[in-house]
Amino acid sequence: MKPAPFRYADPRSVPEALEVLAAEEGAKVLAGGQSLLPLLSMRLAAPATLVDLNRVPGLDTVEVTGDGVRVGALVRHAGLLTHGGAARVQPLLARATANVAHPAIRNRGTTVGSIAHADPAGEMTSVLALTGGSVTVASPSGERVVGWRDLFVGPLETSLPAASVVTSAFFPALPPRSGTAFAEVARRRGDYAVCGAGVVVTLDEDRRVAAVRASYVSVGLTPEVHDLTDAVAGSPVEKADWAAAGALARTLVEPDGDLHASADYRRLLVGVLTERTLTSAADEAVERTPA
Amino acid sequence: MTVSVDTERTVRLTVNGVPREATVPVRRLLSDALRHDLGLTGTHVGCEHGVCGACTVLVDGAPVRSCLVLAVQVEGASVTTVEGLARDDGRGGQVLHPVQEAFRECHALQCGFCTPGFLVTIAAGLEARDAAGEITDEEVYDLVGGNLCRCTGYANIKKAVRHAAATMAISAETAAGPPAISAETAAEGGER
Repeated sequence: MKPAPFRYADPRSVPEALEVLAAEEGAKVLAGGQSLLPLLSMRLAAPATLVDLNRVPGLDTVEVTGDGVRVGALVRHAGLLTHGGAARVQPLLARATANVAHPAIRNRGTTVGSIAHADPAGEMTSVLALTGGSVTVASPSGERVVGWRDLFVGPLETSLPAASVVTSAFFPALPPRSGTAFAEVARRRGDYAVCGAGVVVTLDEDRRVAAVRASYVSVGLTPEVHDLTDAVAGSPVEKADWAAAGALARTLVEPDGDLHASADYRRLLVGVLTERTLTSAADEAVERTPA
Repeated sequence: MTVSVDTERTVRLTVNGVPREATVPVRRLLSDALRHDLGLTGTHVGCEHGVCGACTVLVDGAPVRSCLVLAVQVEGASVTTVEGLARDDGRGGQVLHPVQEAFRECHALQCGFCTPGFLVTIAAGLEARDAAGEITDEEVYDLVGGNLCRCTGYANIKKAVRHAAATMAISAETAAGPPAISAETAAEGGER
């Protein structure tokens, strides 16, 4: 249970990191390491070189504007969880990071790293999808923005080339008259979710349901956003049939079964968590809709 | 290339207030560096992939899994292990941290393997906490939820967390200056 031997560099800038990534065959970026180091110790991965971003200045900032929240590559989950400004603009960020593992893991693990890791059991990949977010990627040919749909290819797989560094992730602001919620079912407190759900409810000016979207954790191979509007469209928010939205969600998802839960049980949880989170997201949407 | 790519490095860090140095292969985990290179065997190694919490130490004051950090990454950092929790009593001895005292008081350990991780995690959590107000069940679960214990069933560990939280709340109050103690009570307490 020790990592196989590797070479190590801790560059002081993104161009320096790209230089090492391009020069070293089989190099891998290390940020928080809370997913990568277990993979190394279990010998599920054995990169020839680790390029540690932790000494690169300027990557540990959270920028909040009216448009959304930009999270730098070295911002820890714990930092995002307690960032009041970020929570005001996009409340889903704090709600989801609270579900990421345990405090000791959140102190070290980074939000951007968990997105680049693309684990279907990760919370922040789903949040990036649900908010319609994107990542900024630096590579030897320059910087570009990659939307979430073009980012996730499969479990633990992104479309990004090896010689690239995700420098930040951008989560658009919660739209007006909208509310969000996030919930998980896990076998043990802080463990990987058997199933998790994040939702956004948007109302019209008369407090009727205008849009309902959901994204799930540990369901499917890559994050997806499901439109549940049809089940409750036009309904006054206080009379909306959230159970119907949950039932619709169950027909849309394609979960897999594993040691921890069968596909049918995950499908059941999708319905339960959808109804539960929508009820609470609707309350927030009402608060944010002028009477 | 301007960036050095290494297989071995000399790491300088502060451990429990003492400057230390070790030359290690870059793949050395912090947990192993503490135990094997620096001889601090109080930090225990359980699962080695971040699940059990036995190896938790403080890096610059924050609890982290030392098996999920490379030794080379703590260059220049300040690390606190379970050996660093007790304080000098000023008479050549040491006094236990309130959390250690509470573990002893509440019988919160059996085999003791997981104990260092619990102690470090709980001590940091309680010190970061606003001591005013009784600790809630949610707070207690959050503090112990990331550590595995296969002996106790957790009941006495949770009891110890509450006990330590209460002790630390009292000492925080004392440090802030005695609230209005009447002359009578003060006189009674004088001979203790």
